[in-house]
Parts: sequence; structure tokens; C-alpha cells
Amino acid sequence: MDFQVVVLAGGTSKKLAPLVSKDVPKSLLPVANRPVLSYVLDLLEQTNIKDLIVVVEGEDTDGLVENWISEAYVDRLHVQVAAVGEEVGTAGALRAIAHHLTASDILVVSGDLVCDISPGAVAAAHRRHDAVVTALFCAAPISGPPESGSSSGKDKTKKPVRHNIVGLDLTQQFLLYIAAGNEVEKDIKVQKSILRAVGKMEIHADLMDAHLYAFKRSVLQQVLNQKQSFRSLKQDVLPYLVKTQLRSEILLNGAHAEENGNEKDGYNTDKVMLSQLLANASTPSFHEVYALGPNGFPPAERKTHKCCVYIARKTKYCARLRSIQAYSDINRDVIGDASHLSGCSFSVHNNVIHPSAVLGSKTTVGPQCMLGEGSQMGDKCSVKRSVIGRHCRIGSNVKVVNSVIMNHVTIGDGCSIQGSIISSNVQLQERAVLKDCQIGAGFVVTAGSEYKGESLARK
Amino acid sequence: MGAKKGGKQEDAVEDMPHVPLKAILLADSFNTNFRPITLERPKVLLPLVNTPMIDYTLAWLESAEVDEVFIFCCSHSKQIIDYLDKSKWVNQPNFSVTTIESYNCIGAGDALRLIYERNVINGDFILISGDTVSNMVLKQALDEHKERRQKDKNAVMTMVIKQSKPSQITRQTRLGTVELFMAIDPATKQLLYYKAKSDNQGNLTLDKAFLAENPSISLHNDKQDCYIDICSEEVLSLFTDNFDYQHLRHFVKGLLGDDVMGYKIFTHEIHSDYAARIDNFRSYGSISKDIIQRWTYPFVPDVQFSMSNSANLERHGIYMASEISLSYSSKIGRFTYIGKGSSIGGGTVISNSVIGEGCKIGSNVLIDGCYIWNNVTIENGCELKHAILCDGVVMKSESVLEPGVVLSFNVVVGQGFEVPAYSKVSLLPQPVKQDSDEELEYADNNSGIIPVTNTLENGNSSSELEPSDVGIGGRGFIWSISEVGHEEWRHSVAPIPESKLIELTQTVFDNLEINIQDDNVFPIADEQESGNESDDENRDEDQIFEKEIEATFLRGVQENVKEDHIILEVNSLRLSYNMALENCASALFYSMLKLALDTPHNSPANLVDNTNDVISRWGKLLKPYIQSIDDEIEVILKFEEMCLENGSEFAPVFVLILHLLYDKDIIQEEAIHKWADEKEGADESDKVFVKQSEVFIQWLNEASEEED
Repeated sequence: MDFQVVVLAGGTSKKLAPLVSKDVPKSLLPVANRPVLSYVLDLLEQTNIKDLIVVVEGEDTDGLVENWISEAYVDRLHVQVAAVGEEVGTAGALRAIAHHLTASDILVVSGDLVCDISPGAVAAAHRRHDAVVTALFCAAPISGPPESGSSSGKDKTKKPVRHNIVGLDLTQQFLLYIAAGNEVEKDIKVQKSILRAVGKMEIHADLMDAHLYAFKRSVLQQVLNQKQSFRSLKQDVLPYLVKTQLRSEILLNGAHAEENGNEKDGYNTDKVMLSQLLANASTPSFHEVYALGPNGFPPAERKTHKCCVYIARKTKYCARLRSIQAYSDINRDVIGDASHLSGCSFSVHNNVIHPSAVLGSKTTVGPQCMLGEGSQMGDKCSVKRSVIGRHCRIGSNVKVVNSVIMNHVTIGDGCSIQGSIISSNVQLQERAVLKDCQIGAGFVVTAGSEYKGESLARK
Repeated sequence: MGAKKGGKQEDAVEDMPHVPLKAILLADSFNTNFRPITLERPKVLLPLVNTPMIDYTLAWLESAEVDEVFIFCCSHSKQIIDYLDKSKWVNQPNFSVTTIESYNCIGAGDALRLIYERNVINGDFILISGDTVSNMVLKQALDEHKERRQKDKNAVMTMVIKQSKPSQITRQTRLGTVELFMAIDPATKQLLYYKAKSDNQGNLTLDKAFLAENPSISLHNDKQDCYIDICSEEVLSLFTDNFDYQHLRHFVKGLLGDDVMGYKIFTHEIHSDYAARIDNFRSYGSISKDIIQRWTYPFVPDVQFSMSNSANLERHGIYMASEISLSYSSKIGRFTYIGKGSSIGGGTVISNSVIGEGCKIGSNVLIDGCYIWNNVTIENGCELKHAILCDGVVMKSESVLEPGVVLSFNVVVGQGFEVPAYSKVSLLPQPVKQDSDEELEYADNNSGIIPVTNTLENGNSSSELEPSDVGIGGRGFIWSISEVGHEEWRHSVAPIPESKLIELTQTVFDNLEINIQDDNVFPIADEQESGNESDDENRDEDQIFEKEIEATFLRGVQENVKEDHIILEVNSLRLSYNMALENCASALFYSMLKLALDTPHNSPANLVDNTNDVISRWGKLLKPYIQSIDDEIEVILKFEEMCLENGSEFAPVFVLILHLLYDKDIIQEEAIHKWADEKEGADESDKVFVKQSEVFIQWLNEASEEED
């Protein structure tokens, strides 16, 4: 497969503070006891993609990521880790690694994606239409089971704003319009020319951009070079390609890819008729019909390019780790509804307890729980719908509900943890009570303290 | 009628009382698309494949089990009533036809308001115009409408739509109507957006709120509005409440734009059924072809659904009525209708045409794509392409009609004359000047009589002498093409010439380019720009408002108007510009100081005196607008702003005037303190006036302490 894969692993996202830090970049945050990046890498491995480039933001973290990958995927994947500056954006990252890209098509995957949709299917859709870009969309995730109270209620009200507004053709194969929900001020502006060409457009607000794109390399690099101000693939490059699809400004042979600037004269001389591009497309899409002009009238040279989508089936799981809320949702889903993603085999009690874990007497670990290697729990503890990492020491009479506890966490007797996320090396002294809190790595929660809805981190 | 209804009810008594289904048929199109023909005959009586249009509509309504039809006539109402009186529709069982006559309606809106006043409609009704051809099954749409109505009282209307993709080049449908953009909720079929206006905007603007309520909506550019509406009785009262709804589709826009009342419009799409409205000559041609090709079955020429004579269908879609005399050597091509009693000479070739009754067509005539009505005479050797010839037209030998010609009643084309493409020829001269774009077919209501306005057009045509725009021996004026112009091809029966298409393709393409260039690809930059614009607008608004207030005030001063009246005027300005009280206060205050400044003075002291005069005389005006401390502060700020203007003469006397305002009770002590406090943290440059007034403020403080 002549696809090169770029995994954008990001850096230390501010949205995820205090969970991420220089020591734990976002891509290494554990989801069900393994780094979130491993979900993408495994997925790619399953699709038989072995060569990939992982792009890490920030110089400090690339070593960490590289070490982890070479340890975990030795002999399995051939991974090249590249570091780019911080705040360059997704488009900037691709610009920076341009010299590594050689294949005719590039698959760009976000490193925080947890999904079970085969990238192969996206690549196939991309090839089938000879598109310049193909994006993966999936039904907006229903965040968690409905009983999880206030948070899901909030989501419902925010939903229309948060998600993308996506215009598709009737066959749901072509992308005709895209705007991020929160960017659209009030009105949605749809290009009439595109609507005229397709006749009917469906506008969806219930689709989520999974940040998995297949690009034609020549086109991508050309756009990145010509539009130096583009920073984000999602917000700049994709909308640009969608908008100009009936009036393509891109050279499809990429001969002038090195030429910079946005003046038109530069590439007027070297236009390529679309028919070349279309020669291998199977069924005529509205693009071709449009390009050919109606009733066989030869139009003035019309260049079009295709922007495609791959819509995942509703049964597929797809989520991105972009917020604290998403982090706990994904953890819950991976040990719950989407347990096939975890890669672990669940016991008869529908939970995963590592053989080396030690449980005290009268301690119960409920279904949809995970207990990591070498963790110890005292007596009369109760764990429900939670993930507990490796080598944690948990005292007696501890209650853990709907929470994520990372590695090497020490929890004193009589603590109660509910709806919280506790990073590695945290120490909870006796009788600490946490509800809906996030605790940064290495923090010490003093005995008997009570926190609710707070975010705590070591100074 | 009453008796009939009674009978019906008894029949249907077992289930629920049968509510008679009513329909309003507008027998007036309220436009001028069919001029010059409609100067002499109403549009609904024009023959469509040898049957008046209204018969198609009535026949469909009857087949759709409508019980009562109210026919609204306006222009040429007498002709319509006469026609109906003689027609078969008047004494049908279970189908009653009532005419409502009006002489002064200028639009569908007026018509519906009139019908509302008559109070004849109760319950759901069908709104249709008399130029609609359809064979759709109404029941399903009607049931859907009723079901929705039961669930939601606000679902007042169901529009019938049909698939029809407009050409991307001409941006019009095959019916010659402009492209239509609609947004429909795919789940409920609710209509969310409706726009049928040609403009060159590259973008379609939808309110984001639609998506807040529906996870997905579909946008359509491939639908056609059939102008068959199922309405609830509220629709009539809505027309009455909103007298600006004139066109039927104004109403749709009005409802969609109004979220206060929450009325909803739904769509019903028909797939295999036929429905179309004749809006212009192009749709006249297209629908005629559809009828001949039997899309409108059972309303086709070989089925007798009205009074007209039926014809026999022969091979290749040729319809022949009785008593036709056909020369042996004539050739009748596909999809042609030949009416009763017509005769066709040798060597004549006819294709894709309709020929009415009693026509005499000579030999060696070439007719293609023409609509020839009754009693037309075409002499030998004529050539006609894509033309409409009304009753009684005579074409002398060897004359030629270029595509798109319309010959109105009794026009005579001179021998060998070639009528240029898209000409409209009538015996009536073109009305001189159209007063407005709403000039309508009713305007020259007294049909047939030439208005005396422009007998000068042809030097000697005031008598019965032939107006000879159309060759020697011809009769008729060639109407000049309207100045909007060069768009005649859009609405003509002739196919669009290829050269035009190529030209348009180019412009469409160029437009696309412009649009994309206009359209900044950076969404963020876009927003910023638009943000600035709106800011500018606001500022402009503010300035205009201030100017208006100043003008009002000055006029008040000059004409010595009572304060109350000025206050009234200011209030109305405030409402129309949507300003706050404080804006009025500051604007009025500004006007007063301006007046003082403009009054001749030679020293600052003099200026203070002037100000004193103005404020004592007009200070009362400010009272209604200064109701809180904040308003007072606003006035001080405005004053400060004036003083800050370069070279302001008020600057040196700031304190004096401030004192004056205090004395006149326009500004209270508290406001002055607050103002000074507010300025505490400001830049040095901003504090100039606070410093100036320091003494005064101190004095105020002392005064109040003393009081204590």
C-alpha cells in the first residue's frame, strides 16, 4: 500500500492539565493501563501498516515517546519519531516533516484517537475516488451511560455548538461543506455553486471529525507551501480544499509544489486537465459532470478536485482524548461498552484483574473494572467501574467508584474516591475524600481532607 | 348548494361528519408575463393544447374530491364568469363552483384578504392558481396535513414540491422559473428556508439555529415549487394580519422569518405525479409538451375531461381531432396536436406543435415547436419556429417567424415579412410607461379598447389605419422589449440558443472565481472583518441618530415648538433607532450646547451666558431622559467629549457650565462625584477636566457637609 502514515501525537495539551506534564505527555496518558498512543499504533498494525512517522510537539517529550515506542513495539513496527516546535499546529507539523514524506498518499492520524474503525477503509475510499482528501467522520459519541448524571446533561445542551457542521452529498461520499460548530457565529454559509452542482446537500450536526485524514501528498504539500498562514489541517486546510473543490487551484501533478506564493500566474501555465485525474475513477460523480459541463458543451477549462468522507457505522467506537471529560469517558468505555479495544480478556465477572494483583479479604472488584499489575488492595475495599494502574498500594476500607487511578498511587485507609482521575505517584493519606477531582502527578492529599470538583497539582 | 352538502353529510355519517373540502382558485396570476395576450384575454382562459388552462385546474380539483371551489377573478372577470357559466362546471353534482369578483386587488394577498372577509372558508382548504396543471393524488398530502395539524396547531400549511433540477448555467428550471433553494428537515419535512430569487451571491446563508434543533437538515436546489398549497384557515387570517404579504410566497418567507408565532410550513414531495404551474411562456411550452407526451394523464387531449373536443391519439404522439383536412403530401411529425376543422396544405411540414381549431394552413409551410390557437390562417410558404399565435392571426405568404415570437389576437403579418426573434406583436400598443414593477394584467381592465395614450407611436395610426410594424399589409405593433432586457430568451417558448449557453457558461465560471476570491479562506479573518463592519454600522447609526436629534431640536427652537412635542418626536426617534434613554439625553444635551456655541458670542463669558439661556429655556427637555445617576454621568461624559474636541471653546469654561448644570438641577451632586471617581484611574490626559473641577467638587463636598 503506497500510503505513508503520520501520527500526530501532540505535546502537553493544556486542556488536560493537571494530568499531563513534561514527564507524561498527552500521548502517553494511560487509557485502561496503556498509553493512548498505543491504541492508534495497534490499529495501524492491524491494518498492516508498519512504517510510520510519529510527530511529537516539543523537544522535551520526543525522547519519552521514542523510548516508549521502541520498547513496546520493537520488532513490530518501524517507527520514526520526529519532534517539531510547540504551537506550530497540525499543518505546521506536516510542513516541518515534509522532507520525510514520499508516498503518493499520506494518512494523517491524530495520536489521541481511540477507535476501532479500520484506517484501511478510509484509505480505500480515498483511492476509489482519487480524492485529494478523505476525512473520517463518525457519529458523535454519546458520552457515557445516561445515569452518569449532570455531565451528560450538560453535553446535550452544548452538542450543536461543539460538533462540526458537515455538508454531504446524498450518497454520503463527498464532503461539500465543513465548519466547526463553535466557529460559526450565527449563520451557515453554503456555497451556491456547489449546491447547484449536487442538487441536494445534507447538512449534519451530529457527526464528529475523527481527525483521521488521507491526503494526496502532492496536493497537501502544495497547499501547505502556498498558504503559509495555514496552521491547522482541520480548520484551514480541509475547509480550503472543500471550498475550492469546483474551482481547483491546485496542480494535480505537483510539479510546482516548491513554488511559493499565492499569485495565480505562477501555475496558470501548467494546468492539467481533470480528465487525467478522472481517468481511473469508477462512477462519474457530480464533480465530473460539472467539469464536463452540461449537454456536452465544452466549458472553459474547469478543474475540480474531490473531497471525500468515510462515515463510520454507528456501531463503531470512536473517541478522541481531548478533555478531562473525554479522558474519563474513554477509560470507562474501554473497560465497558467498547471492551474489545482494551486488548485484554475479561474475566467471568466482566473485569480484568492482573494475576499479580493482591486483594485483601472482603474486597470486591465489580464488573467493568481493571486492576493493574502488582497492585495491592487492603481489606473491605470496593471498586466499581474504575481503572486502577500498576503497583498501586491501596489500604483498607477504600471505595473507588467511576474513577481512574494511574500507576504507583498510594491510597491510605478509609479513602473514598468518586468520579476522579488520579495521576501517577499520588499519595492519598487516610480518610481523604475526593469527588470529581483531578489530581496531578506526585501530589499529596493530606489525611482527612475533602475535595469536590477540584483540580489539584504539585506546585 | 346547501342541499348538496346535506346529502353528502348523510352519506358519511357513519364515521365522522364529512367536512366539505374547499379550494380557492386564483384566476388571476397578478403578473404581466403573458402580455400582450393577457391584455385581451385572462390568462386562465388561454388554451393549453386546445383546452383553457382553468379547465385543467378544475378537472384536477374535481378528481381530487374537492367539494367547493371559490374562483377568485380580478382582471377580465367578466370573461371568466361568462366562460364558467357556459362550461360544464356549473352544474356538477358534488362539485360546486362559486366565483368571487373583485376589481381592485393587486395581488394574491389582497385576494385572500377579500375571501377572508367573505367568511366562506372554514377548515382546511387548497390554495391553487388557475394556471396549474396536475394529476397528483391529493389524499395522502391532505391526510398528512391533517395529522400534523392534530398534533401541532401551528402546522398551518403544506406545500407540494417536485424534483426538478435547474440548469446550472441558466439557473432556471425547464419551466423558466428561477432556481429555488430550500432547506427541509428530512425527518419531519418541515420547511426551514425558502429562497427563489436570482442574485449573484455565492453563498447561501442559513441560520445556525436550525441545526440546534435538528441534527441534520437537507438543502435542496433540485426541487420545484408546484404552487399547490394545503392551508389551514389561519392562513387567511395571517394574510389579513400582515397586509404586506402580497405574493403567495411572501407569506412563506414571512412565516419562516417569524419565530414569535411559531407557525410551521411543511412540504409534501410528489414523485410520480405531475404538478406544474404555468408562469411564463417557457413553462407554457414545456407543459404543453408534457401534456402531449401524456405526463399529465388523465388530463390529455384524447380524454374528454372538459368541454373541448377530444382528439384521437395516433402513432408518434400525434393527436388528430375530427373534420381535419390533410393534404396527401403534408407531413405531420411527432408530438403534434391538430384541432377540429383545421386544414393543412400540401408539402407542409409540422412537428412538435399544437394547432387549434379551424386553422387554415397553406402549402409548403414549415412549422416547428409552435402553439397555434384557433382560426389562424397561415398562407403558403411561411416558416414558423417556436412561436405562439393567438386566435385570428393571419400570416401572409412567405412570412417568417423567428424563434420566440408571440403574435397576439388578430395580428396580421405582412407578406414576406420576417418577424425578429422574441418579438411580441399585438394590435394594442404597448402601455407607455409602467408605473411600478407591480404593474399587473388587471391594469388595463377594460379589455379590447386601445388606451388613447400613445396614438402617436405610429404617425397616422389614430384611425383604423393599419399599424404597420409587421410589414406591408400587416397589422400590429411590435412591442419593444422591456428595458430590463436581453433576458427575453429566458421566458420564451424557444429553446435557449447555444451561443447564449456558451456565453453564460463562461460568466457562471467567472462568477465562481470571483466568489471564491471574495470568500476569504481564513474563517478567522473573515469574522474579524465582519465584526468591524458591524461596529462601523453601529457607529454610523449613533451618528445618524445624533444628527436627527439635533435637527429635531433646532427645528423646535426655530419654530418654537412646545417641549412636549419635541419630547414626542425624540421618543419616536429613540424607538426607531433603538437607542437607550441616556443616548437621547446626551444627544439632546449636545444639540443644546451646539446651539449655544453657534449663537454669536465674543468671549468665553458670553458663551456661558448663551449656554445659560439655552439651558434655562430648553433644559426641561432633558428631564424625561435623565432618570438615573448613570444618565447624568453620560451627559457629563458627553460634555467632556465635546470639550476635548480640538479647539473647543467650551474647554476653558468647563467648570462654569458644570456648575450651571448643577444649579439648574440637571445634574446632581452624586453624579459629579461618581464621574470624578470614575476618572480616578484614568490617564493624565483624561483627567484634565476633573482637575479643572477640583475646586468645584471640593465646594460641593463642603456644602454637603455644612448641610449635615
